[in-house]
Amino acid sequence: MTTRDDTRISSWKLLARNPVTLVSALVLAAVAVVAVFAQALAPYGINDVDVPNALQAPSLTHWLGTDELGRDVLSRVLVAVQASMRIAVTSVALALVVGVAIGVLAGYRGGWLDTVLMRVVDVMFAFPVLLLALAVVAILGPGVTTTILAIGIVYTPIFARVGRASTLGVRTEPYVRMSQAMGTGDGYILRRHILPNISGPLIVQTSLSLAFAILSEAALSFLGLGIQPPQPSLGRMIFDSQGFVTMAWWMAVFPGAAIFVIVLAFNLFGDGLRDVLDPKQRTTVEARRRER
Amino acid sequence: MAAPTVLTHPIARFVVRRLAYSAVVLLGVAVVVFALVHLVPGDPVRIALGTRYTPEAYEALRSASGLDRPIVSQFFGFVGSAATGDLGVSFRNGDPVTVTLMERLPATLSLGLAGMVIALLIAVPAGIYSALREGRASDAVIRISSQFGVSVPDFWMAILLVGLFSTTLGWLPTSGYRPLFDDPVGWLRHIVLPAVTVGLVAGAIMTRYVRSAVLEVASMGYVRTARSKGLSPRVVTFRHTVRNALVPILTITGIQLATILSGVIVVEVVFAWPGLGRLVFNAVAARDYPLIQGAVLLIAALFLLINLIVDVLYAVVDPRIRLA
Repeated sequence: MTTRDDTRISSWKLLARNPVTLVSALVLAAVAVVAVFAQALAPYGINDVDVPNALQAPSLTHWLGTDELGRDVLSRVLVAVQASMRIAVTSVALALVVGVAIGVLAGYRGGWLDTVLMRVVDVMFAFPVLLLALAVVAILGPGVTTTILAIGIVYTPIFARVGRASTLGVRTEPYVRMSQAMGTGDGYILRRHILPNISGPLIVQTSLSLAFAILSEAALSFLGLGIQPPQPSLGRMIFDSQGFVTMAWWMAVFPGAAIFVIVLAFNLFGDGLRDVLDPKQRTTVEARRRER
Repeated sequence: MAAPTVLTHPIARFVVRRLAYSAVVLLGVAVVVFALVHLVPGDPVRIALGTRYTPEAYEALRSASGLDRPIVSQFFGFVGSAATGDLGVSFRNGDPVTVTLMERLPATLSLGLAGMVIALLIAVPAGIYSALREGRASDAVIRISSQFGVSVPDFWMAILLVGLFSTTLGWLPTSGYRPLFDDPVGWLRHIVLPAVTVGLVAGAIMTRYVRSAVLEVASMGYVRTARSKGLSPRVVTFRHTVRNALVPILTITGIQLATILSGVIVVEVVFAWPGLGRLVFNAVAARDYPLIQGAVLLIAALFLLINLIVDVLYAVVDPRIRLA
């Protein structure tokens, strides 16, 4: 029999054994360092205009080149990654807290509360992601707070569904039943029995949602509705590069590559986590194959 | 014995239940869309008028949009008019919203369908091949490529494609739209890049679903039976496995089509494509609330309609769904 600690250690071992997961974890660790220390890492100021050196190709002085105003692309990408990560983490945290609260409550209580909450979630699901975000921007006007709210609202229903489905799976387990029979309060059961046991699927969903939150933030900023200048954002840098694609490819390529690498890392890490933390989600096929 | 009425048929009952459910969700969507204009901090009419504000223009627009009436009467007026296809008039130019939306719909539909065709051309062969070669190097390559496709920002890919095929090579126009029936060649030249952008991303997502659909079927008992009774691998693959995987593939195609139609906003903006997406974007920038409301309602309704059709088709093909 394995103890709780044994299973934890083996989870880490399993994660580390998959090279793709390991590499994506290292990439994400580097992104986290950038997100914290962007200003210190940036070799130049983000708004240091240097017109004589505009549109310089990547070189030893400007590793990723300069833009149409002579600003250092590397410095702007680093600070933009920081802003992107802040928005993604805050908005997903918002969606996680609100969504899981709705989902767990609906799944644990059931009955009319479940029906009402899930119909509200269904209505939110009927709005396509970017459209809902645009509607929020239309109400509140563009900006960072709006972007966080918009992305948070968009991803809340997903966490509500995952939270509810997982709670339904755990609710009838003997240890929950036993605890209820002993007269334990609902709050304690939710905190000590339900939440820890549904955390696997939620962690996986968090990683995948962070990937999509980065993409959504970039799209909103690209459209001019997210982070506002002079604060650099990856989406807006790509938008501004449109007139210079042929003469200064680096202006378009590097901010986009930054988004691509971060999103890919979150997606691959999420997939790796799923294999370890949420084996039920791992295609039933693989399980069946092993039986054969 | 009385003849069974149409409604006792399981499919009919399922359709009615799904219709009622969609109607409830659509009503919820209408509430949210209606609330949109009332959640705007400050006075939406004032904001929409901006620098064009005069007391007369303000009063005229306010009463034309019905915002001077009590809120309950406004809501029933909104839902009642929307049900008859009247979505009010634009704050900007006074044009009927329904007419504007219908003018834009063909461009979005043609882009969505062209993107879907490209997505299917990628996803079906790649997904089936990947599943049949499960665990081998070619499977890994396809799986990783599809992760790449899922992670690429579509607007970035669009700009790189324009930079390569339009600006540098000069093969295709950078942006714009020609109606299919007026100028078929011009339509094709203009739709290639936006459709490839949409299709590559959707194709990457769908490849994963096609792969797992085929794997799911391949592990079924009847496939094992077919193999063990000595049928050739070819027959097992195409007649037993792929054929049965078509049902889930159909579902994801429908869902993906709905997502494409409602999500082409950024691609339409990059390519100056005069569809619903760019209309919504411009309406948000201009704070044209009736137009935003109408477009959001139409797109959400389209989304629900396609999902409804997919569910019904699924129930027709797979009896387990409607009996569940």
